[in-house]
Amino acid sequence: MSGSNTLTVNGKAFSLPDHVTPDTPLLDILRNTLGLTGTRFGCGLEQCGACMVLVDGQPVQACNAALDSVAGKAVTTIEGLAGPDGKLHPLQQAFLDEQAGQCGYCLSGILMAAKALLDRNPAPSRTEIAAALDANLCRCGSHIRILKAVERAAATLRAEG
Amino acid sequence: MNDTVKLPASLTGNPRLDRWVKFEDDRTVRVASGKVEIGQGIVTALAQIAADELDLPLNRVTLLSGSTEHGPDEQYTSSSLSIMVSGASIRLVCAEVRALLTEQAALRLNCSPEDLIVSDGAFVRDGAPTGLDYWDVAPALDLSRAPTGRAKPKAASAYRLVGQDVPRADLPGKVCGAPDTYLHDMRPAGAVHARTLRQPNPGAVLTDLDEASVRRASGDPALRIVRRANFVAFVSQSERAAEAAAVHAESNATWSGLRDLRGPEQEGGWLVGRPAELREIGAPTANTSGATMIEATYTRPYIAHASMGPSAGVALYDGETMTIWSHGQGMHPLRKNIAEVLGLDPAKVVCHHRHGPGCYGHNGADDAALDAGIVALALPGETVRLQWRREEEFAYEPVSPAMSVTVKVALDAAGNPTDWTQEIWSASHVQRPGSGSGYLLASEALENPPGPVKVTDPPEERGGGGTRNAVPLYRMAAHRIRHHLVTQGPVRTSALRGLGAPTNVFAMECMMDELAARAGKDPLAYRLALLDDARARAVLERTAAMSGWAKRGKGGEGKGLGIAFARYKNMAAYSAVAVAVTVDEEVRLDHVWSASDAGLVINPDGARNQLEGGIVQAASFALKEQVRLEGSGIASRDWDAYPILRFSEIPPVDVEVIGSADDPALGMGECTVGPTCAAIGNAVAHALGRRIYDMPLNRERIMAALLA
Ligand code: FES
Ligand code: FES
Repeated sequence: MSGSNTLTVNGKAFSLPDHVTPDTPLLDILRNTLGLTGTRFGCGLEQCGACMVLVDGQPVQACNAALDSVAGKAVTTIEGLAGPDGKLHPLQQAFLDEQAGQCGYCLSGILMAAKALLDRNPAPSRTEIAAALDANLCRCGSHIRILKAVERAAATLRAEG
Repeated sequence: MNDTVKLPASLTGNPRLDRWVKFEDDRTVRVASGKVEIGQGIVTALAQIAADELDLPLNRVTLLSGSTEHGPDEQYTSSSLSIMVSGASIRLVCAEVRALLTEQAALRLNCSPEDLIVSDGAFVRDGAPTGLDYWDVAPALDLSRAPTGRAKPKAASAYRLVGQDVPRADLPGKVCGAPDTYLHDMRPAGAVHARTLRQPNPGAVLTDLDEASVRRASGDPALRIVRRANFVAFVSQSERAAEAAAVHAESNATWSGLRDLRGPEQEGGWLVGRPAELREIGAPTANTSGATMIEATYTRPYIAHASMGPSAGVALYDGETMTIWSHGQGMHPLRKNIAEVLGLDPAKVVCHHRHGPGCYGHNGADDAALDAGIVALALPGETVRLQWRREEEFAYEPVSPAMSVTVKVALDAAGNPTDWTQEIWSASHVQRPGSGSGYLLASEALENPPGPVKVTDPPEERGGGGTRNAVPLYRMAAHRIRHHLVTQGPVRTSALRGLGAPTNVFAMECMMDELAARAGKDPLAYRLALLDDARARAVLERTAAMSGWAKRGKGGEGKGLGIAFARYKNMAAYSAVAVAVTVDEEVRLDHVWSASDAGLVINPDGARNQLEGGIVQAASFALKEQVRLEGSGIASRDWDAYPILRFSEIPPVDVEVIGSADDPALGMGECTVGPTCAAIGNAVAHALGRRIYDMPLNRERIMAALLA
């Protein structure tokens, strides 16, 4: 039986089972109830950005965002970044073109933070990109390529108009 | 036969061609390696090597890595050895298989093997298809035989894919959040979630745990508690409930036998004079009376792997066989260790590798696999997905040992070194179960904890542990290492990127700058005058040119430029790094330049990725990182207490790979790490006009140096 809680993720409305309560963290719902495991658990402490998703376009750390804080809002996860036809978002393509990433564990959160940045600032400077990604940690030291990839994606998006 | 090739260790240990190569029905070839993908692109690089030797396009080669069921046992993935050892094995095996298949085809076509060439796996004769391909003739071959080494691998000039930038095969899934990318994403139907309550330190005894209150706090009335001696795990359908149970249990459990660390133990300097085994390696102690003697001590604290995702393991025991999925770095050793702790026949334990977050050494991955195995053994028929909490990862993973390194140098009249002693105090750098002196963590908490183990460190012929990179490559009459292997440390230690190299290179290369200053020489010129190896000189000269070294100022005004060099393990890749910094209350990295020579490079872009990553990680070690010790153990248990370098602190980094494809491939995953630490030390000294001897070079240390 489905419960009274609903959640909109990547444009699809889900009604959630009863064991999901208003205080259930969004990350737990994504990974364990909806099977959207692309959003990562890193710390559960709002310190690393691995769990970053967009809520009404704003970057939010899903690990401590309770369900009721996102009720009625549009949640976008890494699985929703590519087009419905599977065409990669320019950010994803740029990360592949720059081979930006090693273990890749941080990338979902970083891609979402970068998406939020480019949506509000189509021509960010290197400093602005770094500032926008500062809540996201990467242990592999892939930062240099990630910064380049975001710049490349911004250029692509501007060219596409 | 005297023209056979010497077989690498991986191959002599797994002497059956079919452990390595299998021809699949869909006209692909499965090549197996015991090495695993840890974000370093190894799977792609090994596929490039195999495809070249087999004359196949990359899309006909699939790489199976880290399976105890089907693949070869190559111990652990570590020390930049994968390309050197596994790559060499795959190259020989594939060359031999290609030769055997070609002979077989020639027999059927009634021609000589020399008449045949292979194109996309098909045999071609005089430019015309023969109608035969690998997959047609493979069934007639018995590949359960040992490799002979008599087939010659291709010459470097014949490589098509090796040496090319090939995109990483694992990245597309990772940028899309594809299902089952990491072990952590596995959710087999009906799987249960588990968390543990950790024994705070070895020997601690759990005297009280109110299970009813834990169950209440978890919110799951059906929460199951698996308890064996001082090991406790909480199991629930709900991951959140298992987590809540563990959090509650940790703050409510009562233990006896807790340690009481006070803080000084967390510094490298604390190690000096502790119980240790002393070895002297190198030249006998010289009589240096009359010579000018210079001495300085450099230290580094304990460093965490601080992987972005906490360790996890998945296990299923069906009453007979234990199947484990793990993101550890060696599945064959893991199988043996888990079988031993669980009292199972190793033949009844199967381990499969799955991707994990990068950790660059031995973190909690193997321990989490055992944890999952213990719980699965208690719950036959259920798939157990056990994950550590973030705090647990920081508190219980083995950390990279703190070190104290004292360098004593005798100088001649011109100010050049004639005698060099590098005196090292460090705990063991490798306590991987099965390859060092370690054990899996939970075995300490079970009924019969392991007795004291003999503490060991990797031997010098494998690059050493605490002694790694402690031998100078500069021209001098004599040098030696005095290695104090500290046998009783305050915390479990094991392998992290470079082992002792970052600290030894920091000490050696900072000392070289001090010696240059005494001699009134430029630090680059001073080094070059003492280096005979042309490849060493080349990376230094190129790095200096990239950094605009010729325009380096006098320093002392808060702006500094430093350089450092090492050949990793004195036998892998050569690397030099130059760093420009601005120092006020903190060190700000302005730019980093680096040239490295690793001989033949399989995937140049992948190599640059590793070099860049090594630079950023090492900068983070050198500037920010220190594990804090207090109470029963590690007190720095989150990212606030253990900061690492962030995006806003990343400078522009330029790396170049120089060197010749005619030189053998050298491991390069770790080669920038030591030189980066030392170049930062030298740049800061240049900026401040005084030197800081202890990493990390953080705000407190800078302020102390400014006030001194
Ligand atoms: S998992 Fe949410 S910030 Fe780390
Ligand atoms: S690529 Fe590994 S954490 Fe960023």
